[in-house]
Amino acid sequence: MSTAIVTEELCKRYRIGELQSTYGTLRDSLAAAAKRLVHRDHRPHYEEIWALRDVSLEVPEGQVLGVIGRNGAGKSTLLRILTRITTPTSGRAEIHGRVGSLLEVGTGFHPELTGRENVFLNGSVLGMKQREIQGKFDEIVEFAGIEQFVDTPVKRYSSGMSVRLAFAVAAHLEPEILLVDEVLAVGDAEFQRRCLGRMEDLSESGRTVVFVSHQMQAVSQLCDRAILLERGRVVRDGPSGEVVAHYLQTVGGAGSSRSWPDLATAPGDDLARLVSVRVVDEHGETADATDVRRPVGIEIGFRVLRTGGPAVFPKIKVYNARRNVVFNALDTSSRWREPSSPGEYVSTAWIPGNLLNEGLVTIDVGICSLNAPKLHPHAGCVDAVSFHVQDEGEGDSARGLFTGQLQGVVRPLLEWTTDER
Amino acid sequence: MADTELEVRERAPALAAEPSQPTQRVERVTVIRPASRWPHLDVRELWHYRELLGRLTWRDIAVRYKQTSVGVAWAILQPFLTMVVFTFVFGRFANFPSKDVPYPIFVYSALLPWTYFASSVALASSSLVANRGLVTKVYFPRVLLPLAGVTVPIVDFLLALTVLFGMMAWFSVWPSAALLLAPFFLAMAVGAAFGVSLFLSALTVRYRDVSYAIPFLLQIWLFLSGVVYAISALPERWQWVLALNPMTTVISGFQWGVLGTEAPELGQSLVGVAATLVFLVVGLSYFRRSEPKFADTI
Repeated sequence: MSTAIVTEELCKRYRIGELQSTYGTLRDSLAAAAKRLVHRDHRPHYEEIWALRDVSLEVPEGQVLGVIGRNGAGKSTLLRILTRITTPTSGRAEIHGRVGSLLEVGTGFHPELTGRENVFLNGSVLGMKQREIQGKFDEIVEFAGIEQFVDTPVKRYSSGMSVRLAFAVAAHLEPEILLVDEVLAVGDAEFQRRCLGRMEDLSESGRTVVFVSHQMQAVSQLCDRAILLERGRVVRDGPSGEVVAHYLQTVGGAGSSRSWPDLATAPGDDLARLVSVRVVDEHGETADATDVRRPVGIEIGFRVLRTGGPAVFPKIKVYNARRNVVFNALDTSSRWREPSSPGEYVSTAWIPGNLLNEGLVTIDVGICSLNAPKLHPHAGCVDAVSFHVQDEGEGDSARGLFTGQLQGVVRPLLEWTTDER
Repeated sequence: MADTELEVRERAPALAAEPSQPTQRVERVTVIRPASRWPHLDVRELWHYRELLGRLTWRDIAVRYKQTSVGVAWAILQPFLTMVVFTFVFGRFANFPSKDVPYPIFVYSALLPWTYFASSVALASSSLVANRGLVTKVYFPRVLLPLAGVTVPIVDFLLALTVLFGMMAWFSVWPSAALLLAPFFLAMAVGAAFGVSLFLSALTVRYRDVSYAIPFLLQIWLFLSGVVYAISALPERWQWVLALNPMTTVISGFQWGVLGTEAPELGQSLVGVAATLVFLVVGLSYFRRSEPKFADTI
């Protein structure tokens, strides 16, 4: 497979002082120049920031690469360099193939022109040939659903209409390499679904796509691979699921494992204290991300400190990303019916596959005793661990071949029966 | 070396393939590098983007007189009304020299290339800032924007030209054989306008003051171009100084063709041509050197 995009140590430096003086006046510049003449080595003071630092990437043809990271991490700068809107400070990149970019829907739309005229204008701005636009014109107008308004100036359109038209033009662009920046941030759910669907079509037909987004679900679903940028550097590069999970852990998650090596400060009372909590997969490995179809274990290590207390048992409370409680679960094993002898215990709660919905899942753990009608907590940790549930989209989970958002707190794979009558 | 280079290498035979079959096409390799200090103009790339130039020009023409009541008639009204005012002020009261042709037709024939030049500079100099959305969101050779800016007013010029022919018939003024040279002088006006606009448009990106200074600059330039008076009536020393302004050559050359007035002095014309070339080279190199920063500073 050949390479579509190669970058070698791309760097982009911005001078903050420079950015601020951009809107400065000629007078300011002349004054500064005069100052420099008078004070011989008075050099202007700039604070420098590296929007990109040594980014080396290789994107094979046909790959869908997601670029994620916080605001200001350098995602958009990377796209702006790849689309040649701005030049790197140092480094080099090579792009093999016709590039189409979607940095904003409706780039170059002119309000005074009619829908028809704007289709042609926007098409050529995006790099389409006249002939191509002509050939696809009817398709574009139909896709946008504005047949009656093609000859109305765009300034009379509702904002929804112009966004639809703009996207329709962009969607019919047929580049070999598509660079997309956060297009999905605008528009309603229906529009976002269409965007995603169109991108999926493109990737299925073997196009290379670089996709910058804050929508983690979209990234892990659409992309084969993702890179995580942090202050201009690539800090993580790998299968999109893993990178997304890692990112979510660092921004909103609790991490997939934690431990309290010092018993004295560990959460708990005089009877029980926590030692460690981990998210594990079936092989016992710590996991940031789990497959929606596979079971995931919450391993809780705790210590019982003395005899003579009530019978304690571990418990978990599971939240989804919206902070809804998915469920609570107690360890109901008979071994916890009697008070346990002092010592260290490690219990794992196995959450079956095909139960949790996709997204970030956070777990509270606790060591409790029964104190009817309530549970008495002895040791507990809120937001102890978290992990990211992912669907590889292979068709054998509850979503089948559906790729959109599947709502719900849980997502069981049901058994369906059908009688033909 | 340009800031970025576009190389086209043949890998597979360039069959007339559909865009949806990427394997059977000419492979385009784009190399992205840091901006070079001495950029050149990539003519092959410009050719590649010729359709976009057409679209941008067409857009500006289409938009120019939308939602106006007399519409495109403004293209004729502007120079015509100016001619009327100038005829009264400079022709009647001040009695300016007009190369032995009736003052109205003298000033109108000068106003045509001048109006072209002035609206080109005004339009093209603001073209980068006016198209901020394009500059920050999509790549294309930025030169296309001022280039479209100096192309659009050609339409106005051609429309206003019809009135000139009418006036020529009215005043019984006949063109000379030098009319054949008129396109050359007009090309010179395009070149001068383009050169000036390249410089000013790039400067406007950095300093918005420029957009305030341009109307003033053009007003002064008008009086240095021999629009309201005949340059040939000035002392010779001043004629040579004003020859540094290409518009003096453009205007007397154009009048030589359409009105059959005396030919512009050859030496002075050559100075004008040289000045045009200097404008173009300086404008283009300043533009290309500022270009990599447009998206960051605009």
